Formats: sequence, C-alpha cells, structure tokens
Amino acid sequence: MQTSYDLLDRRGIIMLVLLGLFALIVPICALLVPKTSLFFMPPYVVALLGKYLCYALLALALDLVWGYCGILSLGHGAFFALGGYAMGMYLMRQIGTRGVYANAELPDFMVFLNWKELHFTWYGFQHFPYAALMILAVPGLLAFVFGWFAFRSRVTGVYLSIITQAMTYALLLSFFRNDMGFGGNNGLTDFKDILGYSVQSDQTRVALCVLSALALAAGYLLARAIVVSKFGKVLIAIRDAESRTRFLGYRVENFKVIVFTISAMMAGIAGALFVPQVGIINPSEFAPANSIEAVIWVAVGGRGTLVGAALGAILVSFGKTYFTGALPEYWLFALGALFVIVTLFLPKGIIGTLGEMWARHRTSPPKPSDKPSNMPAAAE
Amino acid sequence: MTNVNPTLTNSLLYLDGICVSFDGYKALRGLSLVLAPGEMRAIIGPNGAGKTTMMDIITGKTKPDEGDVYFGGTHDLSTMDEASIAELGIGRKFQKPTVFESHTVEDNILLALKAPRSPLANLFNRTGPEQKTRIEEVLTTTRLKDHRHRLAANLSHGQKQWLEIGMLLAQDPKLLLVDEPVAGMTDAETVTTAELLREIARDHSVVVVEHDMTFVRDLDVKVTVLHEGSVLAEGALDHVSSDPRVIEVYLGR
Repeated sequence: MQTSYDLLDRRGIIMLVLLGLFALIVPICALLVPKTSLFFMPPYVVALLGKYLCYALLALALDLVWGYCGILSLGHGAFFALGGYAMGMYLMRQIGTRGVYANAELPDFMVFLNWKELHFTWYGFQHFPYAALMILAVPGLLAFVFGWFAFRSRVTGVYLSIITQAMTYALLLSFFRNDMGFGGNNGLTDFKDILGYSVQSDQTRVALCVLSALALAAGYLLARAIVVSKFGKVLIAIRDAESRTRFLGYRVENFKVIVFTISAMMAGIAGALFVPQVGIINPSEFAPANSIEAVIWVAVGGRGTLVGAALGAILVSFGKTYFTGALPEYWLFALGALFVIVTLFLPKGIIGTLGEMWARHRTSPPKPSDKPSNMPAAAE
Repeated sequence: MTNVNPTLTNSLLYLDGICVSFDGYKALRGLSLVLAPGEMRAIIGPNGAGKTTMMDIITGKTKPDEGDVYFGGTHDLSTMDEASIAELGIGRKFQKPTVFESHTVEDNILLALKAPRSPLANLFNRTGPEQKTRIEEVLTTTRLKDHRHRLAANLSHGQKQWLEIGMLLAQDPKLLLVDEPVAGMTDAETVTTAELLREIARDHSVVVVEHDMTFVRDLDVKVTVLHEGSVLAEGALDHVSSDPRVIEVYLGR
C-alpha cells in the first residue's frame, strides 16, 4: 500500500504498451494499407503525430526538472531548439550540390551572404555521429554551465525562471543575426537527405515517427529510473525542503545541475527528431512563448507524473492543431483559459487528478484517517 | 592557533567572540560557548537573543563577521558550507518541523541515514540490510513504527517533530542542534519528547534551544542564558534562575 517505487507502475506500463502499439500500427496504416482504405494514414498525419511525440519528449524532460526537483525552467525550448539546430546543420550539409547555388561545401545562405568558406561552427557536421554527439553535447553543456552558476549561487524559484527565460530570449536574438552563422531569421530548411534516405519519402517519415515514439519510451524509462532511485528521492526532498536537504549533507547544487543537464539532453534529442519531420528550424523555436507552452503541457497533464507530461503535450498540441485550423484567432485565448482552468480546478493535472480519484475509489471503505500513502502526489 | 589552547582541544564545540550583524543590527556580540564531548546543553533566552543565529553560525548557514568557531578542536566551521558541516557530524532540527512532506516516514529516515551523499552514489544506491535495521531502530526510538508508510505530510505536528528528531538520529551526528522541539506540542507530547532527547543524549552531544521552562527543567542539564547576542549566565537551571540579571531580562517578565 505504499507509493510505487517500481520502475514500471500501472501508468508506465499503459504508456509503453500504447507507444509500442503505435510503433506497430503507424507503419502498417501508412505504408501497407491501400490509399483508398479507411485505415490509411496520410503522410501529413504521420508527420503531425511524430511532431506531437517530440513535444511529449520535451514535456517529459521539463517534468523531470520541474515536477521532481522544483526547477521551473521557462527556457527549455532553448535546449530543444539547440538539438534541432545541430540536426539541421547535419541535414544542410547533406544537401551538397543540390542547393540553389549548387555549392558542394557551403549551405545556400552562406553563399548568399558572400561567405568564402564554411563557418567554423559547421566543421564536422557532415558526419552524422558528430552531429549526434552535438545534439547531446550542446544543450547538455549549456545546461551544465548555466546550472553550475545558477545553482551554485542558489538562485531559486521565480528568479531562476526569469533567468532561464532570459537565456532563451538571448539565444533567440543571437540566432536572428546572420553573422552567427546559423542562417539568420530564415533558419535552416530545404533539407534533402537524412542518412542517405530522402526526408520527403513516406518511408523516412514513418521511420522518424516510429523513432520519436521509441525515443519517448526510452526517455520515459530513463526519467523513471532516475526518479525511483534514491537520487530521485533526494530530488523530491530538494523540491519540498531545500535547506533541510542541505543540512542533511547533500550538495543540492550538484544534484540540480546533473538533473538539469540530463533533462536538457533529452530536450535536445526531442528537437533533433522534430526538425527532419517539420522540415525547418529557425530562431522562432527559441521564442519564450514556446517554452511557456511546454510548461502548460506539463501542468495540464500533471506535473511530477512523467506520463502526464507526455499526455498533456499531445493533448494540448492536438488542440492547437485543431483550433488554429478552425478558429485561428482564438487559440491563444483558449490556451490561456486552459492554463487558468487547470490551475484552479485541476492543480494536479489530468493524470494527477485521475490517480487521486483512483486512490479514493480503492480505499473508500476504510475511514479516511488511515488513508494509505499511495496518493498520486508528486512522490511517485 | 599556535598556542595550545586546552579549552579548545578538549571541546566538541568551541565558539569564541562571535559577532554577526545584519544590515547594522548586531545579532551576536561576542558570543562564547564551549561544549564538552557528550554534553547536553539547554540554551534559553528571550526573542532576539541570538539563539537561532547561533545555530546558523554552527551549521554554516551564516558566516561570522568576527570570532572563531571550531568543531572537535580542529575543524574551522566558519570556512565550511552546510553540506560539509553536516558530513562532519553536526545535525540540525529546525524550529518549524521540516520534513519531506511528499515522502513516506520511512523514506524520510532513509534520506537522512548516514550514507554517501554524492549524486552518483545515490543514483546507484541499494538499501542494504544494515541500513534497514538502522531504519527500524530509529522508527522504534521515535515511536513512529506504525506510521512508516504514511506520507510525512499526513503526520500530526508532534509526530513531525519526532520524525525530524529521528532523521537527526539516522544521520548519526556527533552533535545535535535542536531548535524549540516542543513548540506547539501537547503536555503529553512534551514529556515524551524530553524522554526521547534524554535517550539520545546518552550517546550524542546535544544543544537544545527552548522557551518552555518546564521542559528545560525536565531535561535537567546545564543551562546557558543568552541575551542580546551574548552569554548572560551559565550553570544549573536553579543557579541561573536565581541570578538577578536573568530574572530581570527573562524570567521576570
């Protein structure tokens, strides 16, 4: 009757089974079923679902730091975008002579800017393993350096949120500049190949979508392994009573910087999977609004539940797709209203509230005073 | 420290001439206090006497402007941070019970248990049988055995205080600093707490800050009276409570 500390609890199993089924069904419906069939999945739906899954992985990463360690990052979109840029740079270098200017070495925008040689930041990005390393290393390093200073100086709460916001805004502004060497406000686009396969082909789209599902599953397992370990219990302890944790002898800043870095790397992977599926990465991905939207996903799904974060990302993004199609002017109002409603009426989010109802249902006969501790509180 | 100072070398805790000020307000003015190994000491004093600031100095939360703080005769606490001081063997109980509310009672003890504190060690931690035995012992001592699976948030005020004392025990420090352990407790709980602290004092040094005079009498230990940031009197409770200056600033009110 105690809080579940197993690597896999009921929710986790449901989520992994659903992701597994998804990874099986999408290839069948998108590639094997005839186009006239009711079950045929058009390529744009595949790309859309893949995009949602990348958002879900970003939300999961955010929940790991916010839901379990109380670090409300309003700049997680920056790590997502940096992972996306690393992938975009690899994809740009795969274009080769097929670009508008047919320059084998330089991406189109550099030719356009009259640059004579490759910007040094682009060295090595023609090799996928190097790009893959950068997808992890760049967001990870930024998070490590940022966290090192912020957590060591004991910046917490709203002040930390503000400086994470400032971080992503500063990156937004600098990526807008042409001389940064990342394509200015046009960003990187017009991709052709990924690992030798055309990014436009149905097969590649399906493969990327399935990979996103697998990445989400792997991300979930990693995050879950972290939060059920004693390390995870220390994170929750820090969230609930930071100075108490310090007086017990834990170096709070080290725990924070480690979990922040891991989370940033997960966000980087999400961004890297996102870019080939949407076909573009530009500085608008650094927009503070994106990071705030990610926070709303987590709040809607239920912070400190992991599964809820992923669910919230998918539901809200689906709502956004629907709304921006049906009533484009009202989406931001709907998003704002959603956030207010969730904060007021579902402070534990969808998953947290469902879990609470489930716990109450199971223990309704005994008297409330000996309520068992399997409350869906963030302790899970 | 070139000269050998016998008071220092024989002490567990040694504070000499501590001064701290916050924005011009002098919280401590030349506070000196020596605690022998194994000793239990009660600190009393009116509000603003500097009791909590003294705790902050010892645990590394606040750095002294002047004066020496030594632990075990050799460790200069004024140069160390909270985590290293905790690892050295100083445990602290806050005035307001501070436990990890969304953890179970058992996990609260587990987190406090003496064990490696590095992130990596905690990532790959497995709770061994010795640790489990130790958790049992602490739960028994603090009378929380039947509540082990409850969330700390659902405990009563008194139980939270005991849980926090239990966490200190699990940490197995050489010195426990206990800030107002019976504030807000019922009379029965107060008696139990005094019992619990005496039990703990058998194999630990303890400093208790307390307002409740009945409780201090129950503890039956040497008392230090603080007033305006320095020591006003020291000795047995009967001795200090007959001191006219003490009566004037504290007991007389």
